[in-house]
Amino acid sequence: MTTDNLSKSQQETWYEIVLRVLKSNDVSLITYVPDKVLAPLIKVLHADPYFTVIAPAREEEAIGIITGSYMAGLRGITLMQTSGFATLANVLASLAVPFQIPVLMMISERGTLGEFQVGQAIVCKTMRPVLDTLGIENYAIERLGDVEFIVDNMVKQAFATQAPAAMILSPLLTKRTAQN
Amino acid sequence: MSNLIQPSSARENALIMNRFDLTKRLVSKLHAKEAVIGGIGNNNFDLWANGQRPENFYMLGSMGLTIPIAFGVALAQPDRRVFALEGDGSLLMQLGALGTVARSSIKNLTMIIFDNGMYQITGKQPTLTNSCVDLVSIAQGSGITQSCWAKDETHFEKLIEEALTKDGPHFIATRIDDKTPVASTDRDPVKIRLGFMQALSLNQ
Repeated sequence: MTTDNLSKSQQETWYEIVLRVLKSNDVSLITYVPDKVLAPLIKVLHADPYFTVIAPAREEEAIGIITGSYMAGLRGITLMQTSGFATLANVLASLAVPFQIPVLMMISERGTLGEFQVGQAIVCKTMRPVLDTLGIENYAIERLGDVEFIVDNMVKQAFATQAPAAMILSPLLTKRTAQN
Repeated sequence: MSNLIQPSSARENALIMNRFDLTKRLVSKLHAKEAVIGGIGNNNFDLWANGQRPENFYMLGSMGLTIPIAFGVALAQPDRRVFALEGDGSLLMQLGALGTVARSSIKNLTMIIFDNGMYQITGKQPTLTNSCVDLVSIAQGSGITQSCWAKDETHFEKLIEEALTKDGPHFIATRIDDKTPVASTDRDPVKIRLGFMQALSLNQ
């Protein structure tokens, strides 16, 4: 094992960092529709009693639940994949944005950099235009060293400004890490 | 032989009531700052018309999300009872939410369904409950055991009293007429949210 590999094996993974940053920002309600890329994050969240983890049938439902919880004083986040995000334009435009709800979304980016499903590759192209059209803050996380900074600051800004935020997990982060 | 499954006799035998009147009966029984989430359109219009309680939330879009929003409120404040007022057309859009609620075994959530078998606000086009779909059967099949049709106004009030005293989740379905709502909600989303949040944080 090289020195470089040794230090990497001792580093926190992206999903361990995400879990830690959610905790430090008091985000304890997780709603998700699963995805293979998100699977390790979902697993560690389920295993940690700090989190209440709900797996509803659809992403819209997941957004509705964290909207209600936010208004009643409990912070939440919705995890989904790109194709799930594609089902959300109406709820974001009619609920999250006009009511000024800090809906946190963590989206694993499918459809690019080695996708094998044509549908994913096509619907992927709608994600950023929808986010930008609705004026929703969004950043892709591409490197392990950026995970903490981007997640922490996007979560803080969302609550400080009562605005939704989309954290996009790029394959540059999730796929490359998995292969290393 | 027709393959069409007929609605349950419980639905067929339920009295056709009025949304404003039922909402009034509900609101008159709320004395502990219970939260009420009014679904899109006529459901929140008649809630608004029954006095603008600060603990009311009026959903202006996002059709189908009344129950998920109410569920989120109920999760965050387990000591407060939460009511979701939803229509047949809206619930049909998000049936999975019933299973989500059932699996959570949430105790402080009651879902009240106003079923007139039509998309009333867009021109009274029939919904699926007008022919073969029975929402109580779906709720029961989703795992919500305390689900039933209100037979009449007296029965509705009894079911509300049960929802206020016994652990949920509760699912109370009503058949209603096609009368237009008594008023319409002021559409200011931020004002609605801030008022609701203030009411919920003050009375936690």
